[in-house]
Amino acid sequence: MTRPAGEPGPVAGQPRPVLEMRAITKTFSGVTALSDVHLTVRPGEIHAVCGENGAGKSTLMKVLSGVHPHGSYEGEVRFEGEPVAFKDIRAGERHGIVIIHQELALVPQLSIAENIFLGNERRSARGTVDWNGTYREASRLLARVGLREKPQTPVSELGVGRQQLVEIAKALSKEVKLLILDEPTAALNDQDSAHLLELLLQLRDQGVAGIVISHKLNEIRAIADSVTILRDGRTVESLTVRHSPSAAPELSEERLIRGMVGRDLDHRFPDRTPYRGEDAGRIALAVDGWTVRHPADHRRTVVDGVSLTVRRGEIVGIAGLMGAGRTELAMSVFGRSYGQYVAGTVAVGGREVDTRTVPAAIAAGLAYVTEDRKRYGLNLLDTVQRNISLASLPGMRRSDAGRRNGVRGFVDEHRERRIAEHYRTSLNIKTPTVAERVGRLSGGNQQKVVLSRWIHTDPQVLILDEPTRGIDVGAKYEIYTVIDALAARGKAVLLLSSELPELLGMCDRIYTMAEGRLTGEVTRAEATQEVLMRHMTLRQMTENGS
Amino acid sequence: MTAFTSTPPEDTPASPPAMALLIHGARANMRQYGMLIALAFLVVLFQIWTDGTLLLPNNVSNLIQQNSYILILAMGMVIVIIAGHIDLSVGSLVAFVGAMAAVLMVKHGLPWVPALLLSLLIGAVAGAWQGFFIAYLGIPSFIVTLAGMLLFRGATQLVLEGQSLAPFPDGFQDLAKGFLPEVGPYTQYHNPTLTLGLCAVVLLLLREGRQRSRQLAHGLDVLPTGLWVARCTAITAAVVALALTLASFHGVPVVMLLMCGLLLALGQVMRNAVVGRHVYALGGNKAAAQLSGVKDQRVTFAVFVTMGVLAALAGCVYAARLNAGTPQAGLNFELEAIAASFIGGASMSGGVGTVMGAVIGGLVLGVLNNGMSLVGIGTDYQQVIKGLVLLAAVGFDVWNKRRAGR
Repeated sequence: MTRPAGEPGPVAGQPRPVLEMRAITKTFSGVTALSDVHLTVRPGEIHAVCGENGAGKSTLMKVLSGVHPHGSYEGEVRFEGEPVAFKDIRAGERHGIVIIHQELALVPQLSIAENIFLGNERRSARGTVDWNGTYREASRLLARVGLREKPQTPVSELGVGRQQLVEIAKALSKEVKLLILDEPTAALNDQDSAHLLELLLQLRDQGVAGIVISHKLNEIRAIADSVTILRDGRTVESLTVRHSPSAAPELSEERLIRGMVGRDLDHRFPDRTPYRGEDAGRIALAVDGWTVRHPADHRRTVVDGVSLTVRRGEIVGIAGLMGAGRTELAMSVFGRSYGQYVAGTVAVGGREVDTRTVPAAIAAGLAYVTEDRKRYGLNLLDTVQRNISLASLPGMRRSDAGRRNGVRGFVDEHRERRIAEHYRTSLNIKTPTVAERVGRLSGGNQQKVVLSRWIHTDPQVLILDEPTRGIDVGAKYEIYTVIDALAARGKAVLLLSSELPELLGMCDRIYTMAEGRLTGEVTRAEATQEVLMRHMTLRQMTENGS
Repeated sequence: MTAFTSTPPEDTPASPPAMALLIHGARANMRQYGMLIALAFLVVLFQIWTDGTLLLPNNVSNLIQQNSYILILAMGMVIVIIAGHIDLSVGSLVAFVGAMAAVLMVKHGLPWVPALLLSLLIGAVAGAWQGFFIAYLGIPSFIVTLAGMLLFRGATQLVLEGQSLAPFPDGFQDLAKGFLPEVGPYTQYHNPTLTLGLCAVVLLLLREGRQRSRQLAHGLDVLPTGLWVARCTAITAAVVALALTLASFHGVPVVMLLMCGLLLALGQVMRNAVVGRHVYALGGNKAAAQLSGVKDQRVTFAVFVTMGVLAALAGCVYAARLNAGTPQAGLNFELEAIAASFIGGASMSGGVGTVMGAVIGGLVLGVLNNGMSLVGIGTDYQQVIKGLVLLAAVGFDVWNKRRAGR
């Protein structure tokens, strides 16, 4: 249902909507992805579309932008009052509808200017590329998005945040009227996110309407003028956010979550069951004086003298802005998988251990769940079962199991499958069978597969790097439950996250990092977002570790 | 021995719920099942077209011996491809090892058993040489093995001084041309072959049965009983038919026993051994494999050593078949082996494929070659048709994946 007329919105009166999608229904070989979905975007507004993974957000945007051509769906799309029927993306772009996907579509080897005009090159009279015009126009666009780089700079030299700005410049070069962004800040740090959101507001004021798909509810509250919530391929509701200069927005996160999951999530974090073993409180992981240099640039110290401890049954967080060195710390401790080791020791259960290679680190009782499960976590081509077993294959050999066919080095497939089934049930991995390819699972379920793999190595210490990145609210809660259960069984958990509410909700203690150093240690009782933020932005703390 | 079944074990019609299970299983291995059906279709086609010559006992024997070296190469090549690499040097290595074997036996008069072992060792060293650059120095396999292709071809000509060397001892020639010796009373059939066929049937059925009972014991999904019986019947029928065919000629070719052994061993290693799983993981996502404790350099090195040994074996078989070491041996063999792997379901990007699939792919090419020659299609058209088959097989797979992905 769309919002009835007459609601107080950011725009006075009720001008003609820039975009109207009416009764959109889309099915994929019998499976309904969208059912009777409505979406109305008014001129000069930023409209947020939110919903859990699989709710149909991306499909809806693909219908809108022409990825799914006219005729492959039912319903009507009206743009600026006229019915439109796009047969491909270019047709949509000619009308001024540009979509920027979650995975950036830039060619790293080409320059900023070449990327901006890729497929849309400016030609001179002779048909060759008009380089002067290209660079001049690119400079103008870069200024508009606030990116201070030369147009000749190769895109590969830019960070993700700046690449995102290049994408927007590219959209602007196409005379964009409606800009669609799919999870624009998912890969950005707080600073870049803030800049991007600010830019979207500027563009809105210049008349570019925007549709933003986001999981980050605080962002939606910050920039959206109205919100459409999808659930299971249907429009649940459309809400207007009242931005008044004095009062806070009326739309609360709880309200959004309720719409998205269809129920109240009174507790976004499960209740902790404390670990009651005899050795509760004993130190499980102790890292001392860990120092690592950048893999390419030897003068840069990325992790600088970090010392920390995690006790059995304890969940300890590490907070830090992007580039603070959290992931680098975790990966170098785990088999020196990042950078150049300079100094430091790791002790597990009070004994110093060798973590020079990944197998050694695993043998020492460490497990590291990566922040980027597609790149560093999963073999997307292989099955759920084989992805779960990958790190503990030597333990699934027949010779260890029942001496039947006791050939060393061979995996007992039946046992492997039973183990996979065990995790499918206990972690609620939604897949038709464990023989399904992991690439076909949703993000949350993929994450559960990676978690299963590492839980099955039976580690003393689990290092979880952004375990809920890109996962919807419902699956997040499930992941939190798993983490709590691990701690309740006496595992030591080190939780790296850039979402402060997550750290505050989950951790017993939180360390903060900035520029490769620990800058603070806060207990659960003392921790607030403000306290953490202050520590995270500290240039230097009073010499830590000495 | 199931490698040589001409009927697909699972193309029997089934009841609707079983069908769903089958379709789900089949989709994952679409290209391999598709190729098995295509292979059966080709066999039937040429059987009719050649008025029954294709499946005459002497031609079946011939078909096996003729394609043995390509199949051996394909079994290694598919492992290399699963690991995310390629090996362009195997054709030249076949020639080089054949030449070395000739030098050892013909020039230096070495008995054939030590000469064979030395040849395999040469292959292992050649594989280790290439594996070192690829695994430990990180040079792309395409480059290293392209260099190897030139290097080993040149070395062959140096070793042979441009001449062919012949003849080989009989024992060595039997590697490619020999049959299992006959024992026992005259029965019109070759007795050891019948016995072997029977053993194979018993072993295969035992394996099927035990696997099923273990699956049931673990409470896992199994094929419905009717379908399972049909599968067992098809396997039995195929093995018996092949055994009877071969037994009515000279019996089982020695090289076929060799290949069956390799197929079983390599298939099992790739399917269930830890190192085999690591090969798939490396090819599928190297970074993820490393972070899961896979020793990527050691595994990659081992893959190339294995390929080297298999290329050496293929080289010996080929030299034995020609009864000479020649400078031109093994030309374009790498391309045939690569084509067989891709037809059999391997993926360019690595992480996908099976040893069995590569053998099926190789047999598709082999039956095409043999059948087209029998009906008198010229080698010019044969090349064109084989090229189109490769394109169609991979094209079908890509199309099927895209459709499934929608």
